[in-house]
Parts: sequence; structure tokens; C-alpha cells
Amino acid sequence: MSDDELIWRIAGGSGDGIDSTSQNFAKALMRSGLNVFTHRHYPSRIRGGHTYVEIRAAEQKVQSRGDGYNFLLALGDSFARNPQEEAYYGNEEIKPLSENLDELREGGVIIYDEGLISEEDVEELDLEERAEENDWHVFPLDLRGLAKDHGREVMRNTAGVGATAALLDMELEHIEDLMSDAMGGDILEANLDILHEAYETVNDEYDFEHDLRAPTGEHDAEQALLSGSNAIAYGAIDAGCRFIAGYPMTPWTDVFTILSQNFPDMGGVSEQVEDEIAAAALAVGASHAGVKAMSGSSGGGFALMSEPLGLAEMTETPVVLVESMRAGPSTGMPTKPEQADLEHVLYTSQGDSQRVVFAPGNIEEAYEQTRLAFDIAWDYQIPAIVIYDQKLSGENQNVDVDFFDREPSPDLGSTLTEDELKEAAHDASGKFKRFNYEDAEDGVAPRSIPGQKGGRYLATGNEHSPVGHIEEDPDNRVFQMERRLEKLEKIREELDEERDSTQTYFGPDEADYGIITWGSSQGAVAEAVDRLNEQGHSVKAISVSDMMPFAETEVTEFLESVDEAMVVEMNATAQFRGLIQKELGRFGDKMTSLLKFNGNPFEPAEIVEGYEVNLADEDRQPDAQVRIEPAAGD
Amino acid sequence: MSAFNAIGEEREIDRDEFTPGVEPQPTWCPGCGDFGVLKSLKQALPELGKNPEEVLTVTGIGCSGKLNSYLDTYGFHTIHGRSLPVARAAKLANPELEVIAAGGDGDGYGIGGNHWIHSARENHDITYIVFNNEIFGLTKGQTSPTSPKGHKSKTQPSGSAKTPLRPLSTSLNAGASYIARTAAVNPNQAKEIIKEAIEHDGFAHVDFLTQCPTWNKDARQYVPYIDIQESDDYEHDVNDRAEAAEIMRETEDVLNEGTVLTGRYYVDDERPSYSQEKHAVGEMPDQPLAERYFDDDAEWERSYDLLERHK
Repeated sequence: MSDDELIWRIAGGSGDGIDSTSQNFAKALMRSGLNVFTHRHYPSRIRGGHTYVEIRAAEQKVQSRGDGYNFLLALGDSFARNPQEEAYYGNEEIKPLSENLDELREGGVIIYDEGLISEEDVEELDLEERAEENDWHVFPLDLRGLAKDHGREVMRNTAGVGATAALLDMELEHIEDLMSDAMGGDILEANLDILHEAYETVNDEYDFEHDLRAPTGEHDAEQALLSGSNAIAYGAIDAGCRFIAGYPMTPWTDVFTILSQNFPDMGGVSEQVEDEIAAAALAVGASHAGVKAMSGSSGGGFALMSEPLGLAEMTETPVVLVESMRAGPSTGMPTKPEQADLEHVLYTSQGDSQRVVFAPGNIEEAYEQTRLAFDIAWDYQIPAIVIYDQKLSGENQNVDVDFFDREPSPDLGSTLTEDELKEAAHDASGKFKRFNYEDAEDGVAPRSIPGQKGGRYLATGNEHSPVGHIEEDPDNRVFQMERRLEKLEKIREELDEERDSTQTYFGPDEADYGIITWGSSQGAVAEAVDRLNEQGHSVKAISVSDMMPFAETEVTEFLESVDEAMVVEMNATAQFRGLIQKELGRFGDKMTSLLKFNGNPFEPAEIVEGYEVNLADEDRQPDAQVRIEPAAGD
Repeated sequence: MSAFNAIGEEREIDRDEFTPGVEPQPTWCPGCGDFGVLKSLKQALPELGKNPEEVLTVTGIGCSGKLNSYLDTYGFHTIHGRSLPVARAAKLANPELEVIAAGGDGDGYGIGGNHWIHSARENHDITYIVFNNEIFGLTKGQTSPTSPKGHKSKTQPSGSAKTPLRPLSTSLNAGASYIARTAAVNPNQAKEIIKEAIEHDGFAHVDFLTQCPTWNKDARQYVPYIDIQESDDYEHDVNDRAEAAEIMRETEDVLNEGTVLTGRYYVDDERPSYSQEKHAVGEMPDQPLAERYFDDDAEWERSYDLLERHK
């Protein structure tokens, strides 16, 4: 935990403009030279309901939401439905101020909109007393009134940002620039007025006794602020994907939206269709006709894709699907993160079906592994899935702009041209031997595309002969199965031998204790490892991305090199630990699990605590809302 | 230069080209109406000057799904009920392909009903042939969405309590712009209707009555049939939605009473196809998307050029 970091929480109701305000403030902090990381918490409804965004900013790299927060801008929920304590969802109006107030750090700053949050409600919070105990500095400001006087009530966010900037001793330049980019005319003028008015009011009327100030920093290179969903969409664009089909579902909708907005300018096609069965089937159909295509969904929608996924596997039609996990089972908690669809994604669809599954752990990995998924899918004619979650989907982080300065790779992989088809094997009647196991390389038989001369064949989900006819001959069955199954082995070889590892390591090379994680829990683990080593512990970590084919060698080496290990994942049933045991067939007695499934992502301190409790071999659960699942035999 | 030179190739097309040289033994029973669909396609396609490699036949599951095993075009035998989404996407990926989707009544009107309604609604420029035998054949004779009320089967032993689905009326309401019914026992009409359906720019739905001699023995063989265009007893304007709706309803009502009405029911040549609509709003490329992947000179946009909004 660093003293020179800001974790600014803006809290209000859904529909209060929290998202756009926080996005601009995060950019302003980034432009001032800081590294930023955002965390978004919101309910599954359109208007009202407590929502907040945290922006963590520091001079050094930030990889997680951090622990707690040290600045609260509580706007109040202007869409609150039942502002009574006894209402089922409690008094929503006060929630932006009251909820998680315990997590505000000592010395923290609170601004709340007294124009919306009533004095009575505040009294019930014992705010004064608690502020004294915790050295909180409280600034009740009539943001609503101020906004109304200079523009419109809805601009109270701007007043809150102006007040924040004053209290943090920030210059307004970057904020003004960003506002000028986003709006114009009277609206811009009113907002600028409000920004300045709030800034000056706070400066004039208050003596600052708090120590918290905006950190300062400098970037070596130009930065861009992106979410995991942006990174996945951009990875797809650079891989030459120009077809997407989908059906809305949180949180996958972000990727679908970004590509739908960009494709028309790129000659691409986006289709919103009747259901997720159709969505995945469209991606398969477009790919079959020669286009790099994708689809995706979240848990429940992905369940509907199970059959088209199997069809793609059996017909060897390349396709990329993305699965953005949210808390399940069933509808679960639609806007909360969880990593509980791993087994669903790995094993859904009937038969000995196989696919490639990558689980990126941060924004750069989301971009790179999406590209990798397309490369592998089209080279090996196999579906590839990128599995991520609501957390990675919505969190924003700054990335060097140069990171994206790469060549696109629209190549269709193992696809033949008409000229190449002339040389390819055909049966006696001139039909192309599309599924020819005799000259397949690495299990891959090159394919043709409808409309090409000399390439016609039948693609079928039934077992089939080399030209695609339905065929149940035992010898053919065994040959075709073995040829298809060979692909995963070859992909593993390519990943190990020809490509940079997609696994990420943290901490020293040699350590006594290992933490293993996957997906978006990576950042919190990385920070926990740093802290533990600073405290004198000997801990390292691996964040695994290759779920299928599994990163067998790297995980084996990691587990062999430590005395004990803790697997950190956001689910209740230790799915990833189960995968490790299944794939490696051992280490069951070496791995404890640290699990979290309350709808909030891990904070680094929770991982530190989990480690301490586990290492001390105490017969208790940690104080945080996490669970330790002992190693086999313990 | 195109990467797909089978498309629009100008040459004499022989009917035999649509018969696989190494023909798999048909799995259809002797007397099956499915042969009628195959035959009409083998006649219609060469007469329209289509060559086998510019046609993509996408089928579902069931006896009807075997169509592309015996029709030697590019083929995609998909999964139960999902021929339409696969077919639609192939057409969007390469609008120059001739895309024909086909499946049975269970496949299309039952499990795939959602796709049928939305494909019709969106008016995709594909031909959709439904082999309607009023029964599940391949799984051995269960009641299907078009089975008559009272139909007894192993799964509805006391007789179906359900009114059969109305394929023509439903298609009209959903938005199909060409709707016809033909029957395997009427090969000349079938060929002509298939030709019109293929030539139609939009969603062309052909409800093709295909008798099942094995599992639906009690049912009529769809003879005698009446062609509503030929018969003096019927007269309606195929461009008139209200008149079409009326005669469709009658056709559906009388089928289970033993009167087999067939013919063209509704034709809307004015309505733009889905890709035309999509192009008009700026969401369809001018050139077939699939061509771009084979064009070495194509320029590919990069995400790097989109970053301004993130700075």
C-alpha cells in the first residue's frame, strides 16, 4: 500500500453520469503523467441503484483496484426509488455516501452533495464521530445547487470534479481540455463555469487540513486509456476479423458494441441476431464462406453456443468466440465479476470435442491473446475461445500507445487459393479432398472456400470421409479422430517452441512459496507478491493463460520449484485448481485455494491475508470475505 | 480479379454436374418425397445457368439434411434447426454466392422456428426449402409441428392435442417476400417454383410437401393436388398481401381434410433484400467481404489508428 497514491471513488446512482465523468477524470490524471487503473461497480438496472467507479492513480505502475480508497465523491443517487431505511433495498439516496464507508482509509477525504443527501440521513451515519476517529476530512458541498445556478442540475458531476481538483491541488488544464473535446457550445460553457466555480469556492471557503494531494508523475511515452473490452476488440481488428454476430448480454456487450461501431468504417459486417445459437452459427457460416469471424457472449448466452461450437470443431471451421464471465449460476449477478465459467468453456459440447482456450490477465494480454486466438484458429481450423470476466471487461488502464503499433494479420491460415487447389488431392469424380488425413500436416488438412473453382466438398457435423461424405467406417473414424486430436498437441508444441509464453511471472525467480492465478485476478496477485517480498517473505507467482492446451510444462516447473502453493481465483469451487490436478495428475497435496465469490474482485491485501493465514497453518478462515480451501489430504 | 472464379462463370452447365461422381448410396426410402426436391434442384440449377461451385447448399438435420450429400454443390450439413443462420452469414460474407438452405418441418418450423421467423423478417436473399412431411422421419415417426391434430405416434399415443403450425401464414406475417408451396408429386411445378425462388431477391420460402412412405403411411401422398394458379376455382393476386393471407389460411385448413393446394402464394418484388437494406445504412461493404482476404493489395485498418479517442 503506497502513501503516494490516489484512489478516488465517485459514487452515485446508475444514470448519474458516473461512467463518463470518471472516464474523463482518469484521462486527466493520465495526461498529468500518472499511471491509472479503474474499477467499476454497478447494479443491473438502468436508473438508480448504487454505482461507483474507483480510479487509482500513482507515479508507479498500478495493476489492481488497490485496497480501499482515500477520496470519496458521494453524489447521492438522484434516481433513488425508495428513500426509506425500511425499503427492501434500504435508503438508496444515502448509499453513495454510506456504502463501504469503512473502506475509506485513514486521512481520507469525503465530498458529498448536500444538495441531494439530506442532513438527517447524514446524522444517522454518525459521520462526524467516525470522521474524527479516522481522521477523515469531510466537505459537504451543495453541488446540485451550484450546478443549477450555472447550468443544469445534471452537471453536478462537474462541480464534484472541480471540488476534487481543488482539494487535491490539481490544475484544471487537463480536465478543461477533455471537457472541450467531449462537448461544445452552451453546454461546454456551463460546465466550465461550474468547474471553476466549484474549484474556487472550495479554495476560498475552506482551510485544508488533509495531507492527501494528487500524486505527480511523468510518462516516457504517449499513453492511451483502454478497457479490456477495447483490447479484445482491437486485437480482433488487427487480426483481420471483419465479421461479428452477437446478442446483447452483460458484460460481453462491450466488445460487441465496440466492433459494431468500428466495422462499418472498415468494410466489416456486424449482425445483431435473434439468439446466441444464431450468433455463433453466423460466425461459423461467415468463416466457412471465407471471412475471419467471431462471436461471443457471457455465461448464459455462451451455453446456447455449445452446439455451434461443436459444429465448428467437427467441420474444422475456424472461429473465435469470447466469453465474458459474470457471477453465476443462472442469471446470477449480471454486473459482478466471477471466474466460474472455466469448466463450462473448457468442456461444453458433446463428444470428444476440443478447442483452444486463452485467459488473458490484463489489458495487453487481452489484445495479444485475442490475436493469438485468431492466428491459431485459422492455422489449425479449430475454434479458439478467449475467456475473461466483467472485471477485465470494464476496467481501464493506461497503455503505451506504441504497444499497438503493429502490422495487421488478416491471413486466412491454412486456406487454399484457386491455384493451390489445382494441385490439391481430389477424388475420382473431381471432388476436393477437404478432410484428407493422408497428407494432413500437424493434423491440418487445408480448406477451400465456396465459390472457388475446383474446391467443392461437403462440410458436415457427422463423421465424414476425406471429401466430406457422411461416413461411419471404423478405419475412417479412427483416422479422422486421431487427425483432429493431433491438432491440440501440435498447438501446444507451437506455443512452447515458437511463440513467447503467454504465462506471466511475478516475484523472484527462486522462492519458497508460490501463488498461482489466472485471468483478471493477476493484477491483485502481482501487487500482493510485491508486498510480501517487501515484508521479507519468499513468494513468487505465475498467472496462467493457456487453459487449453494447458501450459503443462510451465505450471509443472513452477509447482516443482516451490514448497507450497496457493491458487487464487474468483469462484467457489476451485475450478482452476481442479484443472491443474486433472492436467498434471499430481500436486493435489501442494495446492491450497484462496477463493472469492462475493461479487467483488480481489484486493491485494486479501491475498496477503490469505497467504498469512495459510502459511501460519491456522485453523481459521481469513477475516476478509474470502475462503481458504485446503489442499487435498489436509 | 476475383478469388472465386466459379461464380458467374460462363459455360454450358450439364445437369449431371450436380450428381456426385462417386455417389453415396441414398439413405432415403423408396418412394420418399425427398427425391422430388433433389430432382427439382438438379433441373432448376442448370436451367438457371448456375454451376455447382457457385452454389452453397446449407442443410439441417433429418432425412432432408442429406440433400447436399446427393446434390454436388458446395455443401454445409449443419446441426438441427440451424441451417438458416449459417446460410445467412455465408450470404453476407459473400453475396455473390447462390445460397440455398433446406431442412425438414421439425428442423425449420420446430427447433429452428426462431431463425426462420427472423430470417423472413430480415428478408435475407436466400432460398429456404422446407421438406414438409408432417412427421419426424429419421427418428422414426414422432409427431411434428405440422402433424395434423389427432395424429397418433409413439410420443403422442392418444393423438396430438395440438393444432398444426401454419407455415405459409407464419412466413407471410414474419416478412418473407416469396412464399410458395409445391409437392414432390408435382415435379414440373416444383422445378418452376424452385427456379423462381432462387431468382427472387429476398427471402424465398418454399414449403415442399414430401410424402413419407414409411412413417406417415396414413397420410395422403399429396395427390390429387391442385395448382391454385391453374385451377379455375381459385384466383388471387400474388402481390396482394391480404388476398395471399386469405388463400394461405384456406390452404392450411383444407390440407388435413384431404385437399392439397399448391402454387405461388405471395411475391413481393419491391421489398429490398436484407443486404440492400444494410448497404443503404452503410453497414455492408461494396465488394464481397470474402474477396478482400484474397486480395494481396487490400489495405487493412489498424487499431493503432483508433487510439486518438483514448488519449
